[in-house]
Amino acid sequence: MIAASFADFMQHVVTGLAQGGVFALLALALVIIHRSTGVINFAQGEMATLSAYIAWTLIVNHGWSYWPAAAATLAISFVGGVLIHTVVIRPVERGSVLRIVIVTIGLLVGINGFIIWQWSGVPQLLVGPFGTSTYDIGGVVVSAHDIGTILVALGIVLLLWLLFRFTKLGLALRAAAVNPEEARLVGVRVTWMLALGWGLAATLGAVAGMLTAPANFALDPNMMAPVLIYAFAAAILGGIDSPIGAVVGGLVLGVLLNMLSFLSQYGLFDWFSEELRLPAALLIILGTLLVRPQGLFGRPEVKRV
Amino acid sequence: MSTLLELDRIEARYGPVQALHGVSLTVAEGEIVAVLGANGAGKTTTLRAISGTVSRSGTIDLEGKSLRGGPEAAARAGIAHVPEGRGTFVELTVDENLRLGAYTRRDRQVRADMKRVAEYFPWMADRGGQRAGTLSGGEQQMLALGRALMSRPRLLLLDEPSLGLAPLVVREFFRIVRELNESEGLTVLVVEQDARIALSISSRAYVLEVGRVALSGSSEELRADENVRRSYLGY
Repeated sequence: MIAASFADFMQHVVTGLAQGGVFALLALALVIIHRSTGVINFAQGEMATLSAYIAWTLIVNHGWSYWPAAAATLAISFVGGVLIHTVVIRPVERGSVLRIVIVTIGLLVGINGFIIWQWSGVPQLLVGPFGTSTYDIGGVVVSAHDIGTILVALGIVLLLWLLFRFTKLGLALRAAAVNPEEARLVGVRVTWMLALGWGLAATLGAVAGMLTAPANFALDPNMMAPVLIYAFAAAILGGIDSPIGAVVGGLVLGVLLNMLSFLSQYGLFDWFSEELRLPAALLIILGTLLVRPQGLFGRPEVKRV
Repeated sequence: MSTLLELDRIEARYGPVQALHGVSLTVAEGEIVAVLGANGAGKTTTLRAISGTVSRSGTIDLEGKSLRGGPEAAARAGIAHVPEGRGTFVELTVDENLRLGAYTRRDRQVRADMKRVAEYFPWMADRGGQRAGTLSGGEQQMLALGRALMSRPRLLLLDEPSLGLAPLVVREFFRIVRELNESEGLTVLVVEQDARIALSISSRAYVLEVGRVALSGSSEELRADENVRRSYLGY
């Protein structure tokens, strides 16, 4: 009984980390855009869904094999993110935050409508890169997809960290985000950097979308809507301006939600069911904002006098 | 001495408000030139016109080539602008600030230059990982200067470096500026409220009044000028 429940516990941890990894990627996208443009990008989820559909079209309609299709999707998403910034966001960037927020909500609606118009609302199957096999490790059954998802998420986080920490481009991206006027004075082309940030965020979203579609076995126009809520929760829990916070927040949230499911099976919180996952995430958003508005890894805002 | 910077009848405006009404000035290679004037005379705007952070008309030549475009272009042309109020990235570390100073450079001597710059500011040596926002006001101003040096500038623009700093720190700051000028031939255009210290380190100066050059000459002449003494030196 104990052994069985331990295996079950570990299974929930692995599933939680895999789901949390996806939350973390989308939360990172939110953080990158929030740092540079100063708003929550409400269209981040729909952008990711669109990317997943592009991958699906390349694979199913054009017969591409998985990896070339994935690579092309990432490239298309990057360019798409840059274009969204240049065409839609930049014209309103100097205005109030509310204007940009409204534009991102407009994007959400627009992209969602485009997806339904182009691909209809019928759920589709997008295969995953890691297959559907499972492994039994000492009684703990884990799926290849979950392990692959965790590894991809960690790999991307590592790459981003290297980019921001050690490269000149990463330093310029950060400088443009924290202090655009100063950045211009040292010669950083701030507009390009902001566009690059949007491209990067769109690419992260594309990965999140491609990893979500096979897990749910349902690629549909609203696939990323709940994931975006979890990503909000993860980003706010970790600190909306903290990349490391987004990663930790995502993983913690993923494991936490699965722990609730696990405990409910064993009588604790037995009222908890899948339907309460989203409300639980909203509760985390609210709780964080009340108790520690800057999040776990954020710094409280200090204004220079 | 050859002319490094030449402003010819520069006008600049903030929306409907015209801040400069045809300012002309020159800075020769290796010179320290001061711009004096009361609040609102257009001192800061003059520097902003040079670095392209305010829209302007008239011509600005650097080494005989016309300067066009925004601050990114000015930085690439070799202008390092240290704006008023500590031009540092407070969220980034001391080392990252210095590395950003060298952003437009393509050569491989950036690391060597970081060591060289640190020699002017000994306190930086073991504090490269500290966030700039946690430095004292004086240290931030020094860091802003260090960051400007990292670009190996043709021309350094300093905007009110003494603002809000203790007199001792101000003296140390200008001592370093003077040393850079004498040992490395750094050309400096400095805007200052503190006319006394500005005239003491500069060789020439311009006095601005409501967006126009009211007076110019060698710093020595200006120090002796009755009006300058009464209006800006206060004795």
